[in-house]
Amino acid sequence: MFDRRLIQNFDWILLFLLLLVAGASILNLYSATYAIRDVGGSKVLIRQVYWFLIGFAVLLSMTTFSYHVLERLAYPAYFTSVAFLVLVLFMGKVVSGSQRWLNLGPLSFQPSELTKFAVLLVLAKFFSETQGGREYRLRDLWQPFILIGVPSVLILKEPDLGTALLVVVVSVSIVLFVRVNWKSLVIFVLSAVALAPFIWFQLKDYQRMRILTFLRPDMDPLGSGYHLNQSKIAIGSGLLWGKGFLKGTQTRLHFLPEQHTDFAFSVFAEEWGFVGAVLLLFLYLSILFWGLNIAKNSKDKFGSILAIGIVAIVFWQVVINVGMATGMLPVVGIPLVLFSYGGSSVVCTMAAMGILMNISMRRFMFQ
Amino acid sequence: MRTSNFDPVSVEIFSKQLKRITWIVLVVFGVLILRLWLLQVVHGSTYRGKSEVNRIRLQDIPPVRGMIFDRSGRLLVGNRPSFDLYVTPEEIQNREELLENLSDLVGVERSVAAQKLDDASRRSPFRSVCLKPDISRDELATVETHRFNLPGVMIKVRPMRHYRENSVASHLLGYLGEINEEELKKKQHQENKLGDLIGKSGVEWKWEAFLSGVRGGEQMEVDAAGRKLRVLAKKSPVPGMNVCLSIDGNLQALSEKALKGKKGAIVALNPNDGRILSLASSPPFDPNLFVAGIDRAAWARIVSSGDFPLQNRAISGQYPPGSVFKIIVALAGLEEGVVTLEEGTFCNGVYVLGRESFRCWKERGHGTVNFHRALVESCDVYFYTLGKKLGVDKIAHYAKRFGLGRTTGFEVGQEKSGLIPTSQWKESRFGVSWQEGETVSMSIGQSFVLVTPIQMAALISTVFNGGILYKPQVILWVGKSGEEKVYEFAPKVQGKLEIRQKHLEIVKEALIGVVNEPHGTGWRARMRDVAVAGKTGTAQVITMERGKDSNSEDDVPPEFRDHAWFVAVAPARKPQIALAILVENGGHGGATAAPIAKELIQAYLGMGE
Repeated sequence: MFDRRLIQNFDWILLFLLLLVAGASILNLYSATYAIRDVGGSKVLIRQVYWFLIGFAVLLSMTTFSYHVLERLAYPAYFTSVAFLVLVLFMGKVVSGSQRWLNLGPLSFQPSELTKFAVLLVLAKFFSETQGGREYRLRDLWQPFILIGVPSVLILKEPDLGTALLVVVVSVSIVLFVRVNWKSLVIFVLSAVALAPFIWFQLKDYQRMRILTFLRPDMDPLGSGYHLNQSKIAIGSGLLWGKGFLKGTQTRLHFLPEQHTDFAFSVFAEEWGFVGAVLLLFLYLSILFWGLNIAKNSKDKFGSILAIGIVAIVFWQVVINVGMATGMLPVVGIPLVLFSYGGSSVVCTMAAMGILMNISMRRFMFQ
Repeated sequence: MRTSNFDPVSVEIFSKQLKRITWIVLVVFGVLILRLWLLQVVHGSTYRGKSEVNRIRLQDIPPVRGMIFDRSGRLLVGNRPSFDLYVTPEEIQNREELLENLSDLVGVERSVAAQKLDDASRRSPFRSVCLKPDISRDELATVETHRFNLPGVMIKVRPMRHYRENSVASHLLGYLGEINEEELKKKQHQENKLGDLIGKSGVEWKWEAFLSGVRGGEQMEVDAAGRKLRVLAKKSPVPGMNVCLSIDGNLQALSEKALKGKKGAIVALNPNDGRILSLASSPPFDPNLFVAGIDRAAWARIVSSGDFPLQNRAISGQYPPGSVFKIIVALAGLEEGVVTLEEGTFCNGVYVLGRESFRCWKERGHGTVNFHRALVESCDVYFYTLGKKLGVDKIAHYAKRFGLGRTTGFEVGQEKSGLIPTSQWKESRFGVSWQEGETVSMSIGQSFVLVTPIQMAALISTVFNGGILYKPQVILWVGKSGEEKVYEFAPKVQGKLEIRQKHLEIVKEALIGVVNEPHGTGWRARMRDVAVAGKTGTAQVITMERGKDSNSEDDVPPEFRDHAWFVAVAPARKPQIALAILVENGGHGGATAAPIAKELIQAYLGMGE
């Protein structure tokens, strides 16, 4: 049965913050799908509500066991998600030119979403088991390299540049957190730069296009140049107080592509203005700081690193998505976590939040 | 389960790291907020202006498809403008009124239009949808003058494929159709979208990559009426390259006319380089019907027609060659040394082999004929005798040397290879061994032998050009014009016959005789000023009693009448054109097909009688 202390230590604040985000997401989605509500829009909305409900249920269930179980499950979970990634390459449903989804009867799920967290688990386990405070040298890191590299390449092949990038960036953040010898770091950066041309040629044409377009928007006026343009107009036209709920013209008139997924933030910024957008960002900031706090209070390495990792995932997703919507980064197809429409993303992120809560609740368990 | 607890050193480093992270997070978010400030507060009004007053639209600019010319630059297939009526759902003010007006002015059916508008509103209310494509000039004028009563309506112009002469060279040229899902998945179609028209058969299909061009697009600002205010960015389309064919337009038209009302094929080519001058198959079809999107009923009619109008008989019609095959048997006889020129064979109208008897087409026989005469008068008995001496496999060997029994490699369409039987073939196909009687039939081009008209044209061409086997080709160049070619296509030699020139000359003389000497079966192709050489052929459709029926053709139902063949070359000693003509169920080659050859040769060489 539940330990009384668990219930006492239940992290109500985190739950509250998450509820706020979920609420904002539903509200925004309502507006984004308003124009097409009669022809599938409302289905999208209801599904997102279901996802959140399931997500919260998953979150709660994630708190029932000690998170150390995850230490044992780390590698199995990792290999399972890699297996799914391979499966998706062969049997995946092709949507808009990329194979990211697996069909499971009435649902489809994106293995790359799961992989983000699986990689995190194994990295946390790896770094918590190896030595104390000294820095890591490159040669110590060969195992993480492989652990990160394999799924990244598989995801890149789907092709999903955005998620692959995210996995790499988050993993690098964690590695940096546990500190790397600066000489090793320099070597790493140099070799990454040297590898860059090779990776460039591995990319598909449209992915290269997106990166080039970002640097020169007039290069692809019919594709991502158009997306960027429309997104900036949507956000900018929100002014200080926004156009009002359901009154976003860019949204209503379908100028903004992908408005319930990649560009959901732009919809929000158009309708709620600078004030609304900044409030949303503050909401995310609160979750991030709360997560950092949980990392600080955790009494064991695995828990701290895991918490840091989860914070990193949320952080980078927010930064990349908002950066993309505001035209500071190339279009890479990362949706806004817990905000954009997307079942796999919502459920997996809520699971991660559950883990975070788990760590938080058990901070007094080990003395 | 071990718990990895912190040691004091780690704890300290750890909290330092945490502080660093906190700062990084704050700074990055600060940057984001700053950017938002920039967009929404500093430049906010600019963006607001853009979003309210002006709108940005993506306009697809389809490329202009390349044209197809004949060898003298005459246009065979081009593009004409099509005016399409579009409506933008978001800009409609009064839907009922609009539908009413459109119905009155332009005859757009209300329920259909309403349905289309509904669908469009759902998908993207601000993208226009086509309500009536290809409106007439009158309708265009009406819409333009009533513009103010029709808010949300606009006219888009696009190029539409136009086949200049409705059904001339329809099989060769091919037709366009909408790309389907299977084709969209292929690599060569990765730039295509649903709704694109691509070549589905013939030249249009074969050289789609040259003809199609590259699509372009515009990002433009439009005002509330949908009028272009300014182009923000543009990617110009690249027009398709033009294709020039070796076809002689006049000759092609004449060929089609000659086959009108009949079923059959005509292939004309230049014996000196294998280039196709005319490729006609009858019955024809009108590719213009497909351009607007053919409706199911019309398509069903075409496809189920017993005459198979879509089949290109010139390359895929397989027929017994009849007496035209004697050319090969004759050459085989000379090369194998099985006959001499003086040796005569007596023909009394019948050839007996064991218990079977084979008749000559001339009931009472030709009397004694030598090699030359036998070809000129097409004596069956002579060739029965010769054929038996050679045997099936030898005959097959020579037939294959001339390229029979396999496709010529003609670039466009589904060519068939015909059939040259051998004893081995019969064994494996039927499990029964070859009978000598079949060799006898084979010698006059019956039995299992099947050829296509293009093979026959190539055959006569090879005999008269000194024995060079050219690949029949129809494409001359690809590019902008005769002065600005991008690719040129040279004639292709596929081989040289290893046959003694002396023997070829002998056969050539005989074929000249077929047309120009007394009793020659091809006399109807004789011309006064030009030496025409050729060979007639009358291919049996079903086995019937010979002799009796050659005089009472009218009693035979049409579908059982013999096929009429005529192959010709002119001028015989310095050939410029080689022809193969086949008229299905046309009766005697000499009677039906030879006159057509004369007409075509006359026209091509520009002569009178």
